[in-house]
Amino acid sequence: MTNVRSSSSEGTATMTDRVDIPAADVDASGTAAHTGPDNRIVVEDLNIYYSSFLAVKDVNMVIEPRSVTALIGPSGCGKSTFIRSLNRMHEVITGAHVEGAVYVDGENLYGPGVDPVAVRRKVGMVFQRPNPFPTMSIADNVLAGKRLNSKRINKSDAEDLVEKSLRGANLWEEVKDRLDKPGSGLSGGQQQRLCIARAIAVEPEILLMDEPCSALDPISTLAIEQLMNELKSTYTIVIVTHNMQQAARVSSRTAFFTIDGTGQPGYVVEMDDTDVMFSNPKQQSTIDYVTGRFG
Amino acid sequence: MTLTEQRPAPTEPSSSITANRMTRVQVGAVGLVAVAVGALSWLSSGSPNWARWIVVTLVTYCVGIYIVARIVEGRRQALDRLMLALVTSAFALVVMPLASVIWTVIERGTNRFDAEFFTETMRGVTGEGGGIYHAIVGTLIVTGLATLMSVPFGLFTAIYLAEYGHGTKLAKAIQAMVDVMTGIPSIVAGLFAYAMFELIFGPGTRSGIAGAVALTVLMTPVVVRSSEEMLRLVPNELREASYALGVPKWKTIVKVVLPTAIAGIITGVVLAIARVIGETAPLLVTAGLAQGVNWNPFDGRMTTLPVFTYYQYVQPGVPPSNGQDRAWAAALVLIIIVMVLFTLARILAHVLKPKGLR
Repeated sequence: MTNVRSSSSEGTATMTDRVDIPAADVDASGTAAHTGPDNRIVVEDLNIYYSSFLAVKDVNMVIEPRSVTALIGPSGCGKSTFIRSLNRMHEVITGAHVEGAVYVDGENLYGPGVDPVAVRRKVGMVFQRPNPFPTMSIADNVLAGKRLNSKRINKSDAEDLVEKSLRGANLWEEVKDRLDKPGSGLSGGQQQRLCIARAIAVEPEILLMDEPCSALDPISTLAIEQLMNELKSTYTIVIVTHNMQQAARVSSRTAFFTIDGTGQPGYVVEMDDTDVMFSNPKQQSTIDYVTGRFG
Repeated sequence: MTLTEQRPAPTEPSSSITANRMTRVQVGAVGLVAVAVGALSWLSSGSPNWARWIVVTLVTYCVGIYIVARIVEGRRQALDRLMLALVTSAFALVVMPLASVIWTVIERGTNRFDAEFFTETMRGVTGEGGGIYHAIVGTLIVTGLATLMSVPFGLFTAIYLAEYGHGTKLAKAIQAMVDVMTGIPSIVAGLFAYAMFELIFGPGTRSGIAGAVALTVLMTPVVVRSSEEMLRLVPNELREASYALGVPKWKTIVKVVLPTAIAGIITGVVLAIARVIGETAPLLVTAGLAQGVNWNPFDGRMTTLPVFTYYQYVQPGVPPSNGQDRAWAAALVLIIIVMVLFTLARILAHVLKPKGLR
């Protein structure tokens, strides 16, 4: 655990201008960067396709462990497509595939013999719209990951896990008296926190959030942002958001994606520390986007 | 006529959003006049004829409400009322034959709706008495076996089509075949099963299982289509949520997709049962007719309610009223069985329905 902290702090320094460095350089320093169980995500030359259509091109990125990384950019620029490629959810869609590599802990998620199911147990995901399982109670929703993975858990362990996960998602106090009631009876914000509890109950190392607050009111949004602040001490969090204030509030690093036109692939314009991105970005298009002047 | 009396025009002809509206009383009056016109046409025709009364009433109402509303309210509201009257009339016309059939079956079926009818068979019965015990047993066995065969086939095919083969050539071919199967005449299914069992067990073979196979051919495509539709209704987000938890695909289908869709699938299965339980022709050639109870679907002929009804009506014996009464009562029992099935399916679907969805 100690080397985790040290490597993550030195990582921030070395990774600042990673986006545009040549591939050979990425390989050399990348190998060094993804040693140790720190869950740093290193993306190398990632091209993401829907059948023959190239949706996102040439992504090179390092996502620091135990911090929040925000992905911003206009609609349709491939942020969601990219985040889904980080736990191999992208290929769920017929014809979708990727080229390139995503290293987590030095292991290529797209390497030969990698089981996407195992990847998803390690890299959890929260979706844009809250999607609790309608046939299950609140407690069963939280336990879904464990139960559906055919792990037998005894009753007291299950209760502990439900409480721990719901507390982790700041939902315990609100639902502790109705754990056996259906999850779809909760409000939208509560449902989203239930989905977060469900995601962290399987104890992933990385948590991907695809616009987790876009369907929620400001109060629920605040609750989830606070939650992210707590969770980042344990998990590596990647969040897609359209809300630039949210990106500024919750993230330590921000990547800006854009697209040159319909039918063109999306790409990363730049990635930097969040305060740099919002105060003094290098690229003109980033300035335009974060200041609201984007076309 | 009160109909054309308009409400007092607004004192100020002013606002662009106020207009004359017909009152409920006025609409009701148009309806009453229509009913009266229908009754007149009934009386004037001499012979009592409910159908004529209802049809004339509906036509008069449609015409009348349009004219009156046109005068009172204007063109748009008149068209609105005409359309409402037309769709309601269409519904009434569709329900009429159904109500008539049910009424006739109840009226004539109750002649022989006694205890003996449910406990006796037709063994040794030529005139009075006799019962349908053997036919009820036969119907339940044949339909039950058909359900046992077609639900796994149908459901698995639907799962393949909705979850695995989506968009592939094989899936499209299967879908086309299923559509063709939905349309095959039931007698063809019967002849297929008859020919198949004749090839295996020799000429003239008749058995309950042959009937069940014929019904399976008819039932499977219905189960496939309805189950596939229900599986497609399950939001993709639930599948993705499950995948994102690291749940394998087959387990996602078994534990997330199927429980979410199960209420609709059950309804579809019961609709399919209702579709085949009244089949006569295929069972006539495959299961045949027996006078007594046959519990063994693999050996010997087996009577079902539709076949029983058919034979009691075409060979009623002397005097014919005995057989005809038995035929009507058997038809009534068949309707009741289907209604009980529907009720059970509704209850089951309600119990299994995903909770909290309103």
